Parts: sequence; C-alpha cells; structure tokens
Amino acid sequence: MSRSAIGYGILLALMLVAPAVVYPVLVMKILCFALFACAFNLLIGYTGLLSFGHAVFLGTAGYVAGHSIKVWGFPPELGLIAAALAAAGLGWVIGSLAIRRSGIYFAMITLALAQMMYFFFLQAPFTGGEDGLQDVPRGKLLGFIDLADDYNLYYFVLAIFVFAFWLIHRTIHSPFGQVLKAIRENEARAISLGYDVAKYKLLAFVLSAGLAGLAGATKTLVFRFATLTDAHWHTSGEVVLMTLLGGMGTVFGPVVGAATIVTLQNELADKVGSLVTVIMGVIFVVCVLAFRRGIVGELGALYKRMTGRR
Amino acid sequence: MKRKLICTLVGAAVMSLAAGQSFAQKAPAVKLSGDMVKIGVLTDMSGVYSDLGGQGSVTAAQMAVDDFKAQAKPSWKIELVYADHQNKADVGSNKAREWYDTQGVDMITDALNSAVALAVSKVTLEKKRMLIDTGAASTRLTNEDCSPNTVHYVYDTYALANGPGKAVTKQGKDSWFFLTADYAFGHSLEKDTSDAVKASGGKVVGAVRHPLNASDFSSFLLQAQSSKAKVVGLANAGGDTINSIKAANEFGLTKNQTIVGLLTTIIDIHALGLPTTQGMMFTEGFYWNLNNDTREWSRRFFGKHKKMPSMLHAGTYSAVMTYLKAVQATGTDEADAVMKHLKSTTINDMFAKGGKVRADGRMVHDMYLVEVKKPAESKEPWDYYNIKAVIPASEAFQPMSLSRCPLVKK
Repeated sequence: MSRSAIGYGILLALMLVAPAVVYPVLVMKILCFALFACAFNLLIGYTGLLSFGHAVFLGTAGYVAGHSIKVWGFPPELGLIAAALAAAGLGWVIGSLAIRRSGIYFAMITLALAQMMYFFFLQAPFTGGEDGLQDVPRGKLLGFIDLADDYNLYYFVLAIFVFAFWLIHRTIHSPFGQVLKAIRENEARAISLGYDVAKYKLLAFVLSAGLAGLAGATKTLVFRFATLTDAHWHTSGEVVLMTLLGGMGTVFGPVVGAATIVTLQNELADKVGSLVTVIMGVIFVVCVLAFRRGIVGELGALYKRMTGRR
Repeated sequence: MKRKLICTLVGAAVMSLAAGQSFAQKAPAVKLSGDMVKIGVLTDMSGVYSDLGGQGSVTAAQMAVDDFKAQAKPSWKIELVYADHQNKADVGSNKAREWYDTQGVDMITDALNSAVALAVSKVTLEKKRMLIDTGAASTRLTNEDCSPNTVHYVYDTYALANGPGKAVTKQGKDSWFFLTADYAFGHSLEKDTSDAVKASGGKVVGAVRHPLNASDFSSFLLQAQSSKAKVVGLANAGGDTINSIKAANEFGLTKNQTIVGLLTTIIDIHALGLPTTQGMMFTEGFYWNLNNDTREWSRRFFGKHKKMPSMLHAGTYSAVMTYLKAVQATGTDEADAVMKHLKSTTINDMFAKGGKVRADGRMVHDMYLVEVKKPAESKEPWDYYNIKAVIPASEAFQPMSLSRCPLVKK
C-alpha cells in the first residue's frame, strides 16, 4: 500500500513539473483524453459494458460548457459543473434505455442514440454546425485566477484530472466497485446473490457519462472551442482504441493509452503526413493480435512473472 | 613582423567594415523574429479534403518559396513546415499553438475545413501572427469571426453561391430548384444562391432537403425532375455532391436540366469523369488552362504533383508568394506591419489579377463561371472547362455593405 502511495506521489510530482519540459497545451489535451478513457474504462473494464457512443457525452458537455460560458457568462468552474451534470443527465437517459439489452445490442443502442445527438448538434443553431462553437473565453477561475495563462490553466486541469482519477480509483476499490466486477464476471450469479444489477449498471453508466462530460468540458476550456469531431462516432472508436492499447480493466491503462494516441496524433502530424491514420490502424492490429492485455496489462503481467507472484 | 601583422589586421577590419556597409546599402535591413521567416502549411493530408489541399498545398507552398528565393534572392532564410490536422479542430489548433509558441512560425496557410480554420484564426489573433486561409469555405472567417490577423484568400460559400446564381440566371436559365444538405452549411448556400437568382430576375420554384451523407438520392432527384426547373442547384458538399451528380446522370436529369454545383471543384470532375459531369456549371477561383501564365505554372506544378492544381493549390502558391513579397517590402515579419502592407497593395500574379485584401480580411479577385465540356470537346487530359463568364472581383464576393465584421467601419 505504501509502495503504491510512493508511486502515485512520484507520478504527481512528475505531472507538476511536466509543463517545464513538454508543451503544456499538449499535456492538457492528453489529460482530457486520459480522463475520457478512464471514464470509459469504468464501464468496459470494470462493468463489462461496451458503450460505442461515449463521444456523445464528451461532445454534449463540450457544447454545454462552451455555450454556458460564452453566451450565459458562467464562470469556468460553474460551466464545468453544469456540463458534467448535463452529460450525467444524458447518461441517465441513454443508460436506462441501453442497459435493458447486453452485448452487441447494448453497443448498437448507445451508438444509435449517440448518432441521433450528433445530428441534433449538426442542425442546432447554437453549436454553429460544422463550423463549431468557437471563441469560448477561458475566463477567470473563482474570479481571480486568469486561465488565459497556459500554466494557470494547466494546474487547474491537472487538479480536475487528479480529482476525477481519485474518484474512479475510489469507486473501483469500493464495495460498489466489487459488485460491478461481479457483474462483469458473472451477471447471472450477481443477480442470484440478490443484487439489483440494472441499478448498479445504470449508476456506473451515469458516473462514466458524467466523468466523460467533465473531460469534454475541460477540453472546451483548453482549446476554447467545441466542434462536431468530439461528438462523432470516430471519437467513440478512438476511446476504445486508447483503452485497449493501454490495458482494459487496469487503473493506469487508459491514461497510458490516451497519452500514446494523442502524442502520436500530434507528433506524427508534421512528420509522416498522410500516413497518420495508417500507422494508428497498424498499432491497433498489432495490439489486438500480440498484446491483448494492452501496454499496462502486459507490463503488469511481466512484473508478476519476474517477482514470482502468480 | 609585428607591424606586418597589425597592418594585416587593420586592413582586414577595414575591408570587413566596407563589405558590411556595402551589404547594408544593397538590401534594407530586415528584422525577423528568429532570424528567419517560417511558414506552416496546415492541411488535411489523409481525409476527405486531401486531394483538394493536402500534399498539393505543401508542394505549391514549396514552389512559392523556391521561386521567391530565385527571383528576389533574399538575404534571410525561409523555412517551410507542414502538418496533417486530420480534420480535427483540436489537432489543428494544438499544432498551430505549438508552431507559434515553440517553433517561431510566422504565418500559417491552407487551413482547409471551416472548424479548423476558425479555431486557428483565434489562436493566430491571440499570438499576433498571421493566417492566410486558402482552404476553408465559411464566410464566418470574414464576418462574425473576422480578425485583423486573418486573410481569407481563395473562395468562400458566398462567392460559390452568388456567382452561378447571377451568371447562370442571366444566361436565360432562370428557374431554379435546390437539392440542399439539411444543415447550416447547406441552408446558407441555398439562401445565398436564391438571393442572387431573385436579384437577377429569376425565380426559385422549390427545394428539397436531404440529410447529410445520404446514400439514396433517387426520390430527391425525381422531385427535382418533376419541378421542371431549368436549373437544379446542388447545395451540398463532398460525398453528397458526388452521389447526387451520379444519380442525376442515371435519371437522365441532365438532358433537360442544367446541374449547378455550389461547391464543386476540378478534383470532383476529375474523379467523376466527363461523361457523367458534362454540361454541369459552377464557379471556380482558378482554372489551369486559362491563359499562358496559369498554364506555365500549372504544368510546372503537374511535373511535381502529377495532378493539375485545384484553386486551393494555386491560391496557396499565390498566398505564400504575396506574403514573402510583403515581408521583403516591409522589412519585418511582424504581423501588423505585413497586414497593413497587404491591405494597401494590389495582388497581380498568375492566380489573381488586381486582387485586393479588404478591411474584413477578404481577398477579392475574379471568379470564373465554368461549364464542363462534353467528352468529345476535351482535347487533352484535364481539359475540362469552357469558361462561360468572368465574374469580376467587385461582384464575386459579399459586398462590404452586408458585412457583419466589427472591423468594417460603416
């Protein structure tokens, strides 16, 4: 326990000094997608539900945060909370419909509802259609910290990430998390033990949607816009890739996966030109064929083999 | 021995001083950030627009840099960088930020895809650099979201809609029916065209809305056919345009009605072929086979890219060239000074004749109403258009009186 506490401490210290070495906006983007992937992992990795429409929560919260901050003049912290609540609310609606089915049907229902929302965003006047909702002010946190400064914003985003990560960590290791894992392993058995499985699934779905929304709202604040890309099913696919690549059902997997994908997208953009998407595809194929447990999963397995703990 | 050494040293010092002076007299002192001019081409290299801009834009920008070096022999360095924004506004805006903050990029060009362009325009304003957008279509760039640091160079939806709306109607094809993609972009294309049609004495007999990325256009085209309108306007883009043109051809619509594309380029015609597209009309900002200048440049471009240039490619070449000339003339790469110079000069090159950058950032130049040739009329590969009308710069773009840009004083 103390060893992992030291590990977390070192990681946090690294994150605190990261902007001095790496470009802060890139790290903020990584943190946003890492949070998104962690929220997604809560569903697929710990509850065994594959949502194929998770981008809708990222996108919705992005638009809600953008619109409330830009048009209604909300301060940033209130905009983020409103957006996360909106995403959680949408998660409750979509979740209560989707959890009635499982497996591929669950995935298709989430995809279908997400596509409906996508077309709503395409048409709705406040989103700016494919031009996007642009020029969202970053504003002042609590009225006095100017977020227009990249470094101030970085520490704010880091704080949000640490809070959300702690929340996910806490959820996974709580009795509630144990029940979720029981549902993942054997749903019929969980029912027979007297758990109201539907309620647990719905709660996990709402929590995941809300956290994905928090990621989307933070992203809007970082980039100062919300666009259709965030609500597009490509993004839903991307988060699956991030989670699988990093290691499904591990605490750190989604973070590593998101960092890898975002960094590759960014760094390859001006080096290989049109090959970016091809390289992503190859990575996915190799990952699925050779490293089924993902980066963190494989490393964890290796560590266990080395230390002889089986 | 010692004296000889001193003499040599003094002599050398005098010589170098003289050389320095004569050098300083030859070229005006150029003050540059990072001791060089750095240009970034931010484009879609892997997605749906990669043929329209993409690698071709990078090639065109490189040609402009090389030509400028050969012609003007500048004493300063020019560097070109490029990136694939993958049609994602966050990737595009992140790259632009990084370029401005860590790599000292002075000007970004291409920036196709409206969401990316608007996002990059905001970053550019924040970092006080320059965006010369040659790729995006949205008129928002020079209206609600106009910026003192952004030039919109090649075309916009107003120019593409207004040109055929006026010119086709004046040629006697005065009743229109629209096939419109059902979202803001399609609606604005339809509205701009309808306004131009009505202003020119034509009438709009109807319109049908189709969802984005529709797969089956048959029912929409039957409505268009039964409307008996002389012109069917396609207020859509990309795959929707391609599919509706194909379907129109299959239904024999083209026998009695003229198809007008409101966002069609030579790339689409090349992909679909003349048998399918013959007789179509639309507006282009550039055509390679226009005159000797365009042919000479386009053949050079073809030699490198193996495809004839789209208006984006030609526009990117012109934009980079114009920018470099402005840097040389002003002796700085500081955005305000370069911008002021751009807005006070006239652009004359193979792309634009008498082009002017207005206060709202819109570069106005002649546009061309083209008709796609019949297969028998085409004499060589890429010989696709008959030029039906030249739409003068003063009429092609949205008039300043209608501008919603806060920079425009009324």
